Amino acid sequence: MSLLAVSDLHTHFHTARGLLRAVDGVSFTVERGESVGLVGESGCGKSTLGKTLLRLVDRTAGTIQFDGQEIGALPQRAVRPLRRRMQMIFQDPFGSLNPRQSIGQILTAPLVVHGRGDRRERRRRVGEIIDLVGLPAGAIDRYPHEFSGGQRQRIGIARALILNPDLVICDEPVSALDLSIQAQILNLLVDLKRDLGLSYLFISHDLSVVRFFADRVLVMYLGRVVEAADGPDLWQNPLHPYTRALIAAIPDPARRKHAAPLTGELPSPEDVPGGCRFHPRCPIATARCAAEEPQPLVFSHGHSVACHHVGGLQS
Amino acid sequence: MTSIAPLLEVERLTIRFRHSEPVRDLSFRVHPGETVALVGESGSGKSLTALALMGLLPRGARAGAARLAFDGDDLRGLDLCAWRGVRGRQIAMVFQEPMTSLNPVLTVGRQITEAVRHHEGLSARAARVRAVELLDLVRIADPHRRVDDYPHRLSGGMRQRVMIAIAVACRPKLLIADEPTTALDVTIQAQVLDLLDQLRRDLSMGLILITHDLGVVGQWADRVVVMYAGGKVEEAQADALFGGPLHPYTRGLLAASPQIEGGRTYHDGPLREIPGSIASAAGEPGCGFAPRCAYVRPACRLAPPAVTEAAPGWLVACPVTRAQPQEASRVATGSL
Repeated sequence: MSLLAVSDLHTHFHTARGLLRAVDGVSFTVERGESVGLVGESGCGKSTLGKTLLRLVDRTAGTIQFDGQEIGALPQRAVRPLRRRMQMIFQDPFGSLNPRQSIGQILTAPLVVHGRGDRRERRRRVGEIIDLVGLPAGAIDRYPHEFSGGQRQRIGIARALILNPDLVICDEPVSALDLSIQAQILNLLVDLKRDLGLSYLFISHDLSVVRFFADRVLVMYLGRVVEAADGPDLWQNPLHPYTRALIAAIPDPARRKHAAPLTGELPSPEDVPGGCRFHPRCPIATARCAAEEPQPLVFSHGHSVACHHVGGLQS
Repeated sequence: MTSIAPLLEVERLTIRFRHSEPVRDLSFRVHPGETVALVGESGSGKSLTALALMGLLPRGARAGAARLAFDGDDLRGLDLCAWRGVRGRQIAMVFQEPMTSLNPVLTVGRQITEAVRHHEGLSARAARVRAVELLDLVRIADPHRRVDDYPHRLSGGMRQRVMIAIAVACRPKLLIADEPTTALDVTIQAQVLDLLDQLRRDLSMGLILITHDLGVVGQWADRVVVMYAGGKVEEAQADALFGGPLHPYTRGLLAASPQIEGGRTYHDGPLREIPGSIASAAGEPGCGFAPRCAYVRPACRLAPPAVTEAAPGWLVACPVTRAQPQEASRVATGSL
């Protein structure tokens, strides 16, 4: 049984300009101990997907099974005990930490909410987690503004892990960090996964980070997963024209002063193109692509892709 | 390239605030048609350097330099009025955040023509024609219609194109792009960098590309100036630098990058880390990188290391690489 199994998930919002289909029919699984990468550009729905899984926003349709239990339709009161097992790490560690609370207070709050231990026991657990994420022991009595960006992200990670979750959803956890700090945080997340047996859903727009971190990768475009595959398989044999374009757009010293970028802009999710959503920007689109939405086809090793022309692409 | 007179010469530029010196003894040159990248992490002083070159330093900052010359003319001590003749017309700049740099209550056309009308005294009608031309130049579709749009109607990528149109409106000889694509998605980033490079060629501009993204540097720059804590630690041709960086900081950065490490996953072992953070450079009398450096010697902490030429056109500010070039380059290539 998968730790997380999502099936035909939809999250729609009503806006002044009409229906915004942020997540529009997404299915995937996360196995125990697996890190699944979710890549896509802004507006593709990847952050909304993460929030829907945690029940921070309500789904419109579809099922979310966590450890065999359907949680998509649970009332919020029943969701709370599950939150202990599903946690989130955010992009902006500063914006997500209360500046008036000491690190000790920030880390104790989840233990109090979930009724964990007595005062002494909590203090011990906070000290343990601070050590685990590589913060100095003295951090406990200090405040968020006293820390650098990298250390704040360690605080965010400590808060997510203090209740011993099974699944951690990381939403752009290193995007705001300088390169030399980014490596420190990525290595820490890898160590924690190994030592604590965590599973990750790792949301990022940065393909090179996802390539390093993810066992399996989902590529999202305008609310849909257009391609899913094991990491090495995806990088060596990308099938969807959008995945190919994303990989080709990674700046690369080997391609000196040469770019063949995808033309056009990302359409608004309030105005999703008919047929294949990618067809207005696709270099190989045909009349069929404008008329008919392609369904995901599964190739070998669980490599699935939603494109009418995938046979032609493979050759 | 060195036989041609440089477009921009910066020698020993130092920027001081009351209690700090965020840029210290920085020297570099830009030749016509050349792309020079200033690369470094936040706090390295790269954006302040750009502001100094535009005469736009914040209040309370003082800049001093042994030489600061553009096209042979001294930029030091220019008054406000003289700077206006340089800014936009000779040296122009594109900023990171296109939304906050555009005025939300003026049309795109008005904002583009503002500079043209100021510098070239064009009539309103001629200026509008010019605005449409410029929008076309930066490859905005349907420029006749877009010229009357307000910024909020445009996507992030299009806003950045408008910023570029404004910057090149007066045909500057030098364009400074400060993190021009950091706020953009990867496919849009590729479009904008491609556009900047094409404009550099078509308008024969020098281009200073300020970025923290090593992949962008490697793909688009001719020459790279690596900055750390306000100083230059290494300068080289891009291909040479990426082939075998010399300074411990440059080597650490390249090794820490999953992008440059191409194809590695966590199964292959951890990424190489640079321990600590740039904050440790504050108040350091010697090399700013010394507190994080694996090769640090006692002398490194006493005085800033001299910049020496390791190979023709390859400058490095580190005594360790000088003493052990074999060892240094072995470590560097081994990690790549």
